Amino acid sequence: MKLLVCIKQVPDLESRFKPDAAGVWYNETDLAFRMNEYDEYAVEQAVQLREKLGEGTELTVLSIGPDRVVEAIKKALAMGCDNAVHIQDTAVSAKDPWQISSIISTYVQGKGFDLIFTGMQSQDRGSAQVGVTVAEQLGFACTTTIVGFDYADGTVTAKRELEGGIKGVVKLKTPALVTCQLGLNVPRYPTLPNIMKAKRKEITVIPVADLLTADLLATTTSFHPPAKKGGGIVLEGDVGELVDKVIAILKDKTAVLR
Amino acid sequence: MKTLLIGEYREGKLLDSTYELFGFAAQLGADTAMLLVGSDAQLPAYGGTLYLADASVCGEYSPDLHKQLILEAVQKENPDYIVFVHSSYGWDLAPRVAASLKVAQVSEIVGLVDGGFEVGCCNAKMRRTVKPASGRGVLTIQAGAYPVLQPGGSPAVQKITAAGGGSLEFVGYEAAEKKDVDLGKAEIIVSAGRGIGKKDNVPVILALAKALGGELGASRPVVDAGWVEHSHQVGTTGQTVSPKLYVACGISGAIQHLAGMKKSDFIIAINKDKDAPIGEIADVLVVADVMQFVPALTAKVAR
Repeated sequence: MKLLVCIKQVPDLESRFKPDAAGVWYNETDLAFRMNEYDEYAVEQAVQLREKLGEGTELTVLSIGPDRVVEAIKKALAMGCDNAVHIQDTAVSAKDPWQISSIISTYVQGKGFDLIFTGMQSQDRGSAQVGVTVAEQLGFACTTTIVGFDYADGTVTAKRELEGGIKGVVKLKTPALVTCQLGLNVPRYPTLPNIMKAKRKEITVIPVADLLTADLLATTTSFHPPAKKGGGIVLEGDVGELVDKVIAILKDKTAVLR
Repeated sequence: MKTLLIGEYREGKLLDSTYELFGFAAQLGADTAMLLVGSDAQLPAYGGTLYLADASVCGEYSPDLHKQLILEAVQKENPDYIVFVHSSYGWDLAPRVAASLKVAQVSEIVGLVDGGFEVGCCNAKMRRTVKPASGRGVLTIQAGAYPVLQPGGSPAVQKITAAGGGSLEFVGYEAAEKKDVDLGKAEIIVSAGRGIGKKDNVPVILALAKALGGELGASRPVVDAGWVEHSHQVGTTGQTVSPKLYVACGISGAIQHLAGMKKSDFIIAINKDKDAPIGEIADVLVVADVMQFVPALTAKVAR
């Protein structure tokens, strides 16, 4: 059985974001990058299935981006993926979800993958499109936002998270793609021996030009902070003084303290 | 301009979020038609054209059939935009429709600007303006971002149907976990977010909740990590609350959390990140280390 997990590297979301020179995405200077959080759950689920199925199953991790994404790929390898594909692209942020999906689909086409895992969305772009679009382009069965996963004999049983804490239970026949929600499992921390072992695993590098055939369907024309709504007070300074100010506000504005 | 709005129906009921689609279409100044896989016993209060498929035949979650139905209505209506709510139904179905039509999808729209759409990014800290290259596309609107608008009237129903197995089988719904705490009735809620650092710090937040005479709430990451039980989760997939006072401790303010608590009367947020999106809706943002500030506040409150 052949498994694929698609991951993205994103900046630490605690960072301060400044527009790049073109004003259409963030400036990468001073940003620390890590694996997209949703993708950590996708990798963990894929690795768990790989371990359950044992010999004869191969798990590949794929990422698109500049050389910095190799760091996220190495983490996935250390978590338990067998090998990796790095689709090298220094202009990945200028591509829309349709192009990203097409690049992945073109790579997957004809390679006999049975099951693909992705995060349900990225933390930076957040379009929640790439996974589903890849499935559509490949004609794979697909379900999204899963918080429960099981696989047996060519059938995936997944639990989808719906609004209000309700879940929907779905069965899909492979070939299939699932997009993973936070809380699906507990992503492991790579151990030191596994980090060492991962250094010997193969990373195939493919220039994006070899896989990109789709045209852009949407363009980003601006990247900016939200308009400040105003009204809110921002308090900064010494903790003792902050406490006094908040106590005064609670007494003044709410009926909580008298 | 013309829009085809895709209504939502679950467990035998038309969902209220369907009316947010009309709120969006009104701001866009667009003509509307609606498609709903639902039931003629639950028609939206809307006087326009309604393409109605029977959910007992076409399923409530059957993406292949629903896509087929939407493509059929698109053929008849030729809309500029097909609009979904960005929900578990919308974000699942929208990309399938966009891929079939080979048009752009713009996800989780919060505003309109100069021929483009404003969407959140970087965990809602920033915004992007996105323009579909062809001027046509599939759109999803952020849940709660647009006003509920009931156009009124009775729809001109055009019945449609689809057949075929589809690539997946919907087994059924699983009810939400039983709530041992009804946060919906709480007047004061003090919630813990990832910013509290570790499970051992939960009692510090609980102590403030107790000192204020309130309940403990939590954000999703804290629940996922197992620090606090799911019954305390505030947000889209937890409980929706509107207390007199909401204190958000170390919660950055993901959209899913904000949707569950933004109707609170008074919101105090404690966060070390001055730019955290929670600041957008908080009445007071205290820029401080949660684990330093909260115990100090509790001590003063308890006195």
